[in-house]
Amino acid sequence: MSGWELFVDTFFKREIIERYLPDIVKGFFVTIEVSLLVIVTGLALGLGLAVLRAYGWRLVNLLIIIFVDMFRALPPLVVVLILYFGLPNTGILLSNYVVLWLVLSLVLAAFAEEIFWAGITSVPKGQWEAARSTGLGFGQTLIWCVLPQAVRMTIPPLTNRTIAITKNTALGTVIGVGEILNQATTATSFAGNATPLMMGAIAYLILFVPVVILGRWIETRFAWERA
Amino acid sequence: MDALLDQFFNIDIMVQTWPVMLRGLGMTLLLCAIVIPLGLIGGLGVALLSTSRYRAVRWAIAPFVDIFRAVPPLVLLIFVHAGLPFAGFELSAFQSVAIAFLLNNSAYYGEIYRAGIESVPAGQREAARSTGLGAMQTTVYVVLPQAVRNVLPDLVSNTIEVVKLTSLASVVALQELLHSADLARSITFNASPIVLAALIYLAMLWPCVRLLSRLERRVAG
Repeated sequence: MSGWELFVDTFFKREIIERYLPDIVKGFFVTIEVSLLVIVTGLALGLGLAVLRAYGWRLVNLLIIIFVDMFRALPPLVVVLILYFGLPNTGILLSNYVVLWLVLSLVLAAFAEEIFWAGITSVPKGQWEAARSTGLGFGQTLIWCVLPQAVRMTIPPLTNRTIAITKNTALGTVIGVGEILNQATTATSFAGNATPLMMGAIAYLILFVPVVILGRWIETRFAWERA
Repeated sequence: MDALLDQFFNIDIMVQTWPVMLRGLGMTLLLCAIVIPLGLIGGLGVALLSTSRYRAVRWAIAPFVDIFRAVPPLVLLIFVHAGLPFAGFELSAFQSVAIAFLLNNSAYYGEIYRAGIESVPAGQREAARSTGLGAMQTTVYVVLPQAVRNVLPDLVSNTIEVVKLTSLASVVALQELLHSADLARSITFNASPIVLAALIYLAMLWPCVRLLSRLERRVAG
């Protein structure tokens, strides 16, 4: 067999593509589903924590900072394994899907809180004072005046971080969540051929290349508007 | 509460598994010592190519960067480790990790350096060239030092991510910290070894995260 034939036979074997395409497609939608859930929960929780931190209660802020630092320092796979293997023995049963969603949401919340908080602190003090002097309360000032300005500034770093954490849905394969990578590795071991892995890689490219390009576009666009 | 303590903070089990964990930690540190410099050097290469003055070079490198930023590192790792043997490339777990991380990290570090290089005003390069420095000398002595200073927080942040990423090597059975912990967990039926691993990661990375927060504030302020 020539080198090219060997390559095609190993990574793009036709009958294997046909046999395992439905599995990969199924995984594709599981990945999208978990990703969307993680993005919504993580960003909402992160924003909530940043707003809470703005009230400046010392004890609450300390707890938030500890939470954020911990999830910035711990590898997500470590947290996934602790929850997945540890909790059942204490009587709390969470499915692998829920563990993956929970852990990635917490990780994203930690990074998002840090970014939103940086945005809130970067709004000039005069904006606060002006809003308060027109008679708005603290909460109203935060929601109507400070957050809209803060969130705009956070969009580029937030997009990049969200993409990076969403890609971690592949960790689900370790605890058996049937997402793309899981389907691909299972199919590869059944087929004895690397074609499903290549299909999985291509599925990720289809999903994330547009997102990466969008992220870069957002970065340049918002940087330009700020200048 | 007792069940919780017994399951997650069982001191006896932690003491018992400590030697195994130390060996795992050694492997994690070795991995970092190889993977981080490789990524920093590869990234620099990628950045220099993607800011090249020849359009063909910039266009050739762009898809490489996008692809390796789009594929999750674990997918890349499993592809290299489980996929390439079918094509006749047998790689050890360590080699697979080194290759997969080199590709992934070069793309990420490359984007960071690129942002840094682009943040240096064009006048700096022109001024350096007009004093008689060559193109190479200008890049090395004038542009890069300023570029690196401008993106230092991002470089530190990505390096923390790389250290966390080494935990993925456990999936291809490389005996680093998380793999040792998971092995100990499966023998003891207790999650304490993984909690111990988490504590070791925290001890390594928490100071770095704190440092990073301060760096970010200083650059922003």
